[in-house]
Amino acid sequence: MSAAVPENAPEHCPGTNSEQAGKVDACAGCPNQQICATTPKGPDPDIGVIRDRLTGVRRKILVLSGKGGVGKSTFTGQLAFALAVDPELQVGVVDVDVCGPSIPRVMGVEGERVHQANTGWQPVYAADNLAVMSVGFLLRESADAVIWRGPKKNGLIKQFMKDVDWGDLDYLLVDTPPGTSDEHLSLVQYLREAGVDGALVVTTPQEVALADVRKELNFCRKVGVRVLGVAENMAGFVCPSCKGESDIFPASNGGARRMADEFGVPFLGSVPLDPLIGKSCDHGVSFVEEYPESPASRAFLDVVAALRAQLD
Amino acid sequence: MSSKVAERLASVENVLLVLSGKGGVGKSTVSVRLARSLVRLGYRVGVLDVDLCGPSVPLLLGVSGRQVHQATQGWVPVFTDETQRLCCMSIGFLLQNQDDAVVWRGPKKNAMIRQFLSDVCWGELDYLIVDTPPGTSDEHLAVIENLKEYKPNGAVVVTTPQASGRILPAVALSDVRKELTFCRTVELPVIGVVENMSGYVCPHCAECANVFSSGGGEAIAEEFNVPFLSKQQRMESRLNCGATNTRHGAARSSAY
Repeated sequence: MSAAVPENAPEHCPGTNSEQAGKVDACAGCPNQQICATTPKGPDPDIGVIRDRLTGVRRKILVLSGKGGVGKSTFTGQLAFALAVDPELQVGVVDVDVCGPSIPRVMGVEGERVHQANTGWQPVYAADNLAVMSVGFLLRESADAVIWRGPKKNGLIKQFMKDVDWGDLDYLLVDTPPGTSDEHLSLVQYLREAGVDGALVVTTPQEVALADVRKELNFCRKVGVRVLGVAENMAGFVCPSCKGESDIFPASNGGARRMADEFGVPFLGSVPLDPLIGKSCDHGVSFVEEYPESPASRAFLDVVAALRAQLD
Repeated sequence: MSSKVAERLASVENVLLVLSGKGGVGKSTVSVRLARSLVRLGYRVGVLDVDLCGPSVPLLLGVSGRQVHQATQGWVPVFTDETQRLCCMSIGFLLQNQDDAVVWRGPKKNAMIRQFLSDVCWGELDYLIVDTPPGTSDEHLAVIENLKEYKPNGAVVVTTPQASGRILPAVALSDVRKELTFCRTVELPVIGVVENMSGYVCPHCAECANVFSSGGGEAIAEEFNVPFLSKQQRMESRLNCGATNTRHGAARSSAY
């Protein structure tokens, strides 16, 4: 992290990155002294390696949400499919949700393996121009639980950033787990020199979800990641038998649009809940190609267009 | 340190963990409903929210924005009403601003959870329900480790029904599968699987639509040989005020 002096540090703290960390008089009695004094100092040399590795990647986009189950992986996967419709574009997806990787299934490449080549790890290709990397490819069995604490997760994320041979990409989408913790901090830190173009924040309309997503927006502010926009998922439901519309997750507090306004970030659009989206993800196919006539498809493509407009 | 936890929890009869590998399946909703149903059956219940990055329990119990008091015996949890039968502890009570992000790495989260388990004076409780974040990582390990001496009764695993047939387990379920494997690995008994969002009743035509497909929870419970507790039919549109449904409580008490 760039802020080297923690908020609750003692007076005259030299900063956790300093050569003097843990050694000056001010450090006496600080609970962090031992850690500061023993950890290696100076910038992480791998950050430069990651920058060099990702020089062929034009756009790096994080998909974030403080809340789980709002559709981060669905959005990431379907966004990748929608971008890859253009054969001129090269698209990559990396799934850093170490404990719950959904991307292999959503992209229809579950059970595939990653190959090691001289140039690095070879991602799995869901289509000619669509490369995928996930911890799911490294597990022996899909029911295996990855019971890892933070540092081990960080190590793997670093490898994903440093060792995967993406080649030239127009878009690299990074799917994240819910929250604002190790994975997110590490990503931002590792990509500091490579540069992140911004974050797509996904939410659902109800207050319980928005409360967590506000935290995520504050996280972006804190670490200096630009928010490309907020996309609202599962907004409204059209009954398959009577076509009547209703809100499964009602926006009691103005929904995502109002939250985006409050934070001064773009609102990219709302996508209604369509059971066929979930079905497409279960089968690993592109929803917008399978069901182009669905209102959810049209809404989704509007969000994609709005996102691309933010980038250009 | 953990003996302090055992001491602190000596007055707590049962400890249940609510887990799910997947986010947004309704762990907090199920925790809160379970708590309210148990209170209705006459028990004293505490809810501990260890989701540090996204605490939802205060909102669901209608106590967000309240403060925790520090007494000589420790932190006093927040009670939902004067009858003092339902209390709750969450990081949400410790934030200056509700929207502040808790940007913490593992060790700091572990320390906070240890403090929650060792410093909160719950008093006499029949049930302590621990609501967890999604995944199988620091928070979960911290809870299990600190409760090692206490031996929690077990875990309630929540899922949604996305299962495209029994052969192809779907997105939410494959994460729940991981959670069940986690429970096996850490030797935590699974009390059962609760399937949430099992269907949505259209307010216009009263037709029950399977928004997230069907049958998955039951299939996975069978596969792992753990009890299937209940199907929470219909997503309540009362997500913001805390639910009043008692069906779940009935299902739970019969499971005992």
